[in-house]
Amino acid sequence: MMTEISLNILDVAQNSISAGAKLIEITIIADTKNDILITEIKDNGCGMDKDKLENVINPFFTTRTTRRVGLGIPFYKLAAENTGGSFKIVSQVGIGTTVTATFGLSHIDCMPLGDINSTIHTLVTLNSHIDFFYMYKIDEKSFTLDTREFREILGDISFNSPDVSVYIYDYLNENKQEVDGEKVI
Amino acid sequence: MKSLDELKAIRERMQSQIGIRSEIEHASTRIVVGMATCGIAAGARPVLKALSDTIHSKGLEDVMVTQTGCIGLCQYEPIVEVIESGKDKVTYINMDEKKAQEVIEQHIIRGQIVSDYTINSKMDK
Repeated sequence: MMTEISLNILDVAQNSISAGAKLIEITIIADTKNDILITEIKDNGCGMDKDKLENVINPFFTTRTTRRVGLGIPFYKLAAENTGGSFKIVSQVGIGTTVTATFGLSHIDCMPLGDINSTIHTLVTLNSHIDFFYMYKIDEKSFTLDTREFREILGDISFNSPDVSVYIYDYLNENKQEVDGEKVI
Repeated sequence: MKSLDELKAIRERMQSQIGIRSEIEHASTRIVVGMATCGIAAGARPVLKALSDTIHSKGLEDVMVTQTGCIGLCQYEPIVEVIESGKDKVTYINMDEKKAQEVIEQHIIRGQIVSDYTINSKMDK
């Protein structure tokens, strides 16, 4: 079982990578006034047909051939719905897939967002060939990370080279701190 | 806010180190971490970060960390495989951050497999 929302996000984003996405957009919006946390993972991967889309929330459905269970999406759906939130997947073959989970922020069963910076850092540095757009928004304040901007500056230098990797991690930490003032979401 | 100017400075510094990129692409050692649902739920993310951080801090340039999906041994996750050219693959199981650092120091740097953590250690018992 996942203990952080950010681990679910890492898991779902791995599906986008498997789907051959070239751009993955991850959005985290906390709205304390309306007491909701919205997470969205949007990709331009291969997408799913209607049949697959209907089955994806079934734990006994998987695209894997080595075993017969797939728990990633059902875990995430349950985690959101347990907080009075909602879960939605929109997908179109050839266009991509968008997974949206909404959580009741102050609900007792809402797991912490957790170490979202490590999730984004892991995704960005390990998948240098994929572009990521990340937005973190708490009420009125927000910041974004766009690897297309990084790529323009770096050329063909890998995001996984030591100095760049440290820069990206610091970028996430410093900007997140400015947005949420280290408040735990 | 962290500025993009810092990134420009990194690029300029790196461009003066000719050949560094081609070395990374031809890394002779690959460390593979299972990052499917099972791996992530068992704690693969901090293990992967510990591996990358230790490699960077030790200045190891010939080592590459990559990810893979589920390899079918979910009960042993987090799983880390070390693949060195010309040698048998070594599979470490039930990893954590501390064990990951140990594997870098003992196996990758000194060439001594940490046999307590390998899957074979489990099979022999």
